[in-house]
Amino acid sequence: MSSVGNFLPNQSRTCDTTGLPVCLTAQFFIKAHAVCAVVFLLVGAIGAILLALTRWPAVQLLGPTWYYRTVTLHGINMLIFWILFFEVAVLYFCCTSLLNSRLFSRGVAWLGFVLMVVGALMTDVAIFQGRSDVMMTSYVPLKASPWFYLGLILVAVGTLIGVVNYFLTLYIAKRDGTYDGSLPLVVFGATAAAIIAVVAILHGAVALIPTWAWSMGWLSEPPDAAWYRLIWWGLGHVSQQVNVCAMVSVWYFLATLTTGAKPLNQAVCRTAFVFYVLFINLASAHHLLVDPGVGATWKIWNTSYAMYLAVLASMIHGFTVPASVESAMRAKGYTKGLFGWLFACPWKNPGFSAFFLSLVIFGFMGGITGVTLGTQQINIIAHNTLRIPGHFHATVVGGTTLAFMGLTYYVVPLIFRREYYARPLARIQPYLFGSGIAIMALAMSFAGSYGVPRRVWDADAGANLSAGANLMLAGVGLGGTLAFIGLLTFILLTVAAVFFGKKNEGRPMTAW
Amino acid sequence: MSISPPPPGWFKAPTGGERTWVGIALLWCLLMFLMMPYWHFRGKQNSTGEAYRVAPADFAARVERFVESNKVAEDPQSKKPIVEPAPGGDAYLQARMWDWYPVLRLKKGQEYRLHISSLDLQHGFSLQPMNMNFQVLPGYDHVLTITPTRTGDYRVVCNEFCGIGHHTMVGKIEVRD
Ligand code: HEM
Ligand SMILES: [Cu+2]
Ligand SMILES: [Cu+2]
Repeated sequence: MSSVGNFLPNQSRTCDTTGLPVCLTAQFFIKAHAVCAVVFLLVGAIGAILLALTRWPAVQLLGPTWYYRTVTLHGINMLIFWILFFEVAVLYFCCTSLLNSRLFSRGVAWLGFVLMVVGALMTDVAIFQGRSDVMMTSYVPLKASPWFYLGLILVAVGTLIGVVNYFLTLYIAKRDGTYDGSLPLVVFGATAAAIIAVVAILHGAVALIPTWAWSMGWLSEPPDAAWYRLIWWGLGHVSQQVNVCAMVSVWYFLATLTTGAKPLNQAVCRTAFVFYVLFINLASAHHLLVDPGVGATWKIWNTSYAMYLAVLASMIHGFTVPASVESAMRAKGYTKGLFGWLFACPWKNPGFSAFFLSLVIFGFMGGITGVTLGTQQINIIAHNTLRIPGHFHATVVGGTTLAFMGLTYYVVPLIFRREYYARPLARIQPYLFGSGIAIMALAMSFAGSYGVPRRVWDADAGANLSAGANLMLAGVGLGGTLAFIGLLTFILLTVAAVFFGKKNEGRPMTAW
Repeated sequence: MSISPPPPGWFKAPTGGERTWVGIALLWCLLMFLMMPYWHFRGKQNSTGEAYRVAPADFAARVERFVESNKVAEDPQSKKPIVEPAPGGDAYLQARMWDWYPVLRLKKGQEYRLHISSLDLQHGFSLQPMNMNFQVLPGYDHVLTITPTRTGDYRVVCNEFCGIGHHTMVGKIEVRD
């Protein structure tokens, strides 16, 4: 690089493995957010196994009160806390190391971080106190304790502050000329994620602030139920697009780290990211396909053109990412046959296997189920059945979470500068988790096709489950248990490495 | 590389396999885009979202009038009235923590305008084992135009979380010849 960084003296280091610059302030906050992410992942994981064992009719571990409480706890800690903390860490990494820049402000980073932590703890305490059994969607007029909403609002504000810190870092990097030309592709994708995050958080504020005021008794009436659903899904769906953008950026990043992949045509990849930004927020309409209050024309319009242009973006990435790996592998001489390059890929490297499994699970299971569920007629037979969690455990768990796990196998050695123990275990972890989630998501989807509702403690009470439905729910229990073992392996290995791993300062990380 | 600034001149049209794929993907998405309105006219089951604002108390009063004038029996299990609306007419189903009221008796092959609303929280209308699902919101009279095509007893399960008794909220629709 011909340009020079804008680091203050002694405030940066050079990575011994990749040669990338590391801003020490950013490094501190990457660590802080990553540690919190994994803590909330653990909370969510405990919820996960309890839920999987409760939905398995032969086991039905929890009673109704704790089942509903745990659905709330699991949804919030996983989908919001684990994902958001990790994403802020990803953003801080992208805007500093990849742009050769320092982080804009330590104080702003502290503020955002503290708000997120305080908010997350507040919401979790409110859930455990038992007056907030409202599910993560908190559909009005269900009412939670005010602390529940306030905590979520603080998490959102904290995230927004982190995003602002990101944009200001982009600004100072540009101003100081720390890089030549355009943003690297991974940073471009992260920026798309950050832009969409702002849109999501604003929707969240519009939905949750009046709801909070009502729970405080400041407003006599709750927000209108249909209005709330429309705006809440502006948060709920749009934030999934943040996850997709972050995940795809991580794919590009891991493909580069593990195989030296180069995208064939960056204009195509970047255009696809722009599609996410432009077209996605309207797709929140597909959550309202069987709602009263919005008409058929509105439903069709908003779920067709906009959604399919976003689908187009995913189909493009689904090609360009593996294509970039293929061309890198072929360039290395693995040219035998049509798929020789694929067999020669570093399947023992958990960074690679997690990334590739994430691509496959997200693309095939998540993408196909998502497009199917988003059609007007099929939604009638799928709305609020287990097909819905079946879909999003393929996207945000088999996809995003697995990609983030793969990235962690590099974050710990490169940012925490600690080595993993039990490396053979780490090598199989992505397969364990990926197959468990795939089995569970499929079983959920089939159970849902039999009419089994989501979020219900005892489906038998109403649905008189058929043998097929019972079998599929057992599959949810078994697949869920397998995924839980994979998830716990990941958490234990990572915690052990972060706190007790062998230091690798001053030398390259042990290659996977 | 994806992690460093792209070389100058990166902004160019795709070529080769990539170009083909973008073309295929675009066509596929356009096709799906057209299928959405097409199926709305061709498909047999559609959710039009027809709905009217209604205050919960007013809806409850309409349900009560409907039950009084159309009640034909009492359900031995649930002790709820069994109500048979006039073919081609309006039928009402009221959701409340945690029951569906009343039990409806419909005639096969007749069209009904089924009005569903909630008196308290959001609920989910899930007709089993048909597996058809609609959202039920307080303040909205959700009108479904339905024609039962098979006789039998159907269960109405609540599939939107509505509090601790959610899983016990089961109603009934009977379809007779
Ligand atoms: C070991 C891994 C996991 C297992 C076994 C698991 C299992 C489950 C089960 C059984 C449910 C309840 C479905 C129902 O009864 O309605 C559920 C709900 C959910 N899960 Fe997971 N899950 C896992 C990981 C995750 C992760 C990593 C995320 C997010 C990143 C996630 C997000 C959610 C959400 C958002 C819900 C819906 C909650 C609601 O309905 O309000 N899960 N999960
Ligand atoms: Cu209900
Ligand atoms: Cu319910």
